[in-house]
Amino acid sequence: MAEVEETLKRIQAHKGVIGTIVVNAEGIPIRTTLDNSTTVQYAGLLHQLTMKARSTVRDIDPQNDLTFLRIRSKKHEIMVAPDKEYLLIVIQNPCE
Amino acid sequence: MAHLSDPVWSFLYFYVGMLHWRSKNEGKLYPFICQTGEISTVEAAVQSHSSRDAGMQTDQSEETIQNLNLQKEAPVDYAGLLSFLQGVEDVVIKELNKNWRSHAFDGYEVNWVDQNETVFCLHSLSCPEAQDQKLQVTSISWNATGSVVACSYGRLDDGDWSTEKSYVCTWNLDRRGLNPKRPDLVVDVPSSVMCLAFHPSQPSLIVGGLYSGEVLIWDTSRIEDPLIWRTGMTDDTHTDPVYQVDWLQDSKHSHHFQILSVSTDGKILVWRTQRDGQLTLVEGFALVAQQIPWSMKLKKRTRGETAVGVTSLSFSCFDPSVFIIGVEGGYSLKCSTAVETAAVPRTGSSVPLKAPAEFAFSPHGGPVYCVSCSPFHRNLFLSGGTDGHVHLHSMLQAQPLISLQLSKKYLFSVRWSPVRPLVFAAATGEGEVQLFDFGKSSQKPAVSVKQASAQTAVYCIEFNFKQPQLLAAGDASGMLKIWQLSSDFIQQGPREMNHLEQLANEVTD
Repeated sequence: MAEVEETLKRIQAHKGVIGTIVVNAEGIPIRTTLDNSTTVQYAGLLHQLTMKARSTVRDIDPQNDLTFLRIRSKKHEIMVAPDKEYLLIVIQNPCE
Repeated sequence: MAHLSDPVWSFLYFYVGMLHWRSKNEGKLYPFICQTGEISTVEAAVQSHSSRDAGMQTDQSEETIQNLNLQKEAPVDYAGLLSFLQGVEDVVIKELNKNWRSHAFDGYEVNWVDQNETVFCLHSLSCPEAQDQKLQVTSISWNATGSVVACSYGRLDDGDWSTEKSYVCTWNLDRRGLNPKRPDLVVDVPSSVMCLAFHPSQPSLIVGGLYSGEVLIWDTSRIEDPLIWRTGMTDDTHTDPVYQVDWLQDSKHSHHFQILSVSTDGKILVWRTQRDGQLTLVEGFALVAQQIPWSMKLKKRTRGETAVGVTSLSFSCFDPSVFIIGVEGGYSLKCSTAVETAAVPRTGSSVPLKAPAEFAFSPHGGPVYCVSCSPFHRNLFLSGGTDGHVHLHSMLQAQPLISLQLSKKYLFSVRWSPVRPLVFAAATGEGEVQLFDFGKSSQKPAVSVKQASAQTAVYCIEFNFKQPQLLAAGDASGMLKIWQLSSDFIQQGPREMNHLEQLANEVTD
């Protein structure tokens, strides 16, 4: 439990990181550093997108799989680390 | 419980017994025996399921449902979560570092929408009556909905007292059949109107300040007699032209508004509307040269009261008690409404006036006709003077952060963009509207459009807060032009706020 928080803190402390969210396989946020409404929105949408991205990768080549997802937007970079049980979402400001 | 095999119950014999009847003929007796069929009876006991009560409520707000979702905390397998996090931590941190250092996307823009490449003139509005008298556009204001633009006519190049009639005109740009040469409403005003401001929430109220010192409020929905409040000419009224008017939110009642007016007589007055159509003085500030905290670094000191005729004012977007004023002596001053110091006694005012000045910034070479506080940074403001320079100031230091000469003649108006933190517009004496983008260059304007001929000064510009692609500019020939800005002046870039922060932190002392 404490170690989980420690790890999240380490990630959150990185330069430009705005927020960190852990989402379970159902798309329900279980840990977050953002406010509720933002968290629920990010969790729901990115869970869907990650599932879609994964099925795309596997449809193209069934031997392949999604390992990491990065989304570059005008304001942020959103990184998603997927796993069969959880998703880790990190939102970062772009570089200076 | 009964058993069917029980011999007592299994058969029932009915002795009909002796059914006797006599027959005339025979008179015999017949014995009868009959037997009913077996009657089976069964007993059984049942019991209903245990009952439960449930209550539900439907009026839950979405917010609390989301809270519940989060608090519900689907059972977390901490061991699994930890091993997942430890597994991805290195990858994520590596990517975070890489991304922070990466410049791969610098300056990369995606064209998702059609870009407007140029700044072009959407409408050229004019009022025939005002053009006949060769009046100039002195002030512009957009209303609360962003669809109506109002302008006032008067004279800025003529210092004489005059009784010449002038006008306030409005155009609704969203109206079908907009006639650029015919305003929707023309209000006749007995004296030159120097400044104008639409109410921040009620789309039909305009306040205007006159050359005579009077402050008037019109309701544009009353076509017959739009004038609804006026200060009249009392002892409280300004004795010099009113250079700026604005609406102030009442600190006690947030839906009430007061009216603020500034004038070259050195007073900043706050008015309240009364039932009888009068505006009465609530609060007042007076600037007196002796009470201004001239910075020690500013060697040049101006004596006498001419130094403190107030020509412009801008409230901070972050602290409602802080405002910046520009004065005729070329200074900009930081002021506060929260001051307690009384101004050096002056006669004739019904409310004691206070001395608001807290800090003086280094001066321009001529009167400051415009100041504008940044809507994105609490310390930044712009001032523009008749020396043709615009100064970018931080409220924390006397010297300007940046000083730019935008015009060889005068500079009458500067305004920050309401949507782009690094963009401002300036109106020059050469008839140009200049759009400046600190993101592109801090030396020369990004775009400069010609509003009028070189001899015709542009006096006022105003961004539209509701439709940020529109910029209105009024000039000395009485023309009001509505410019459509190109997309790069409307869309905020990725690192603009950081850039603005850097600008604000540059120390020049």
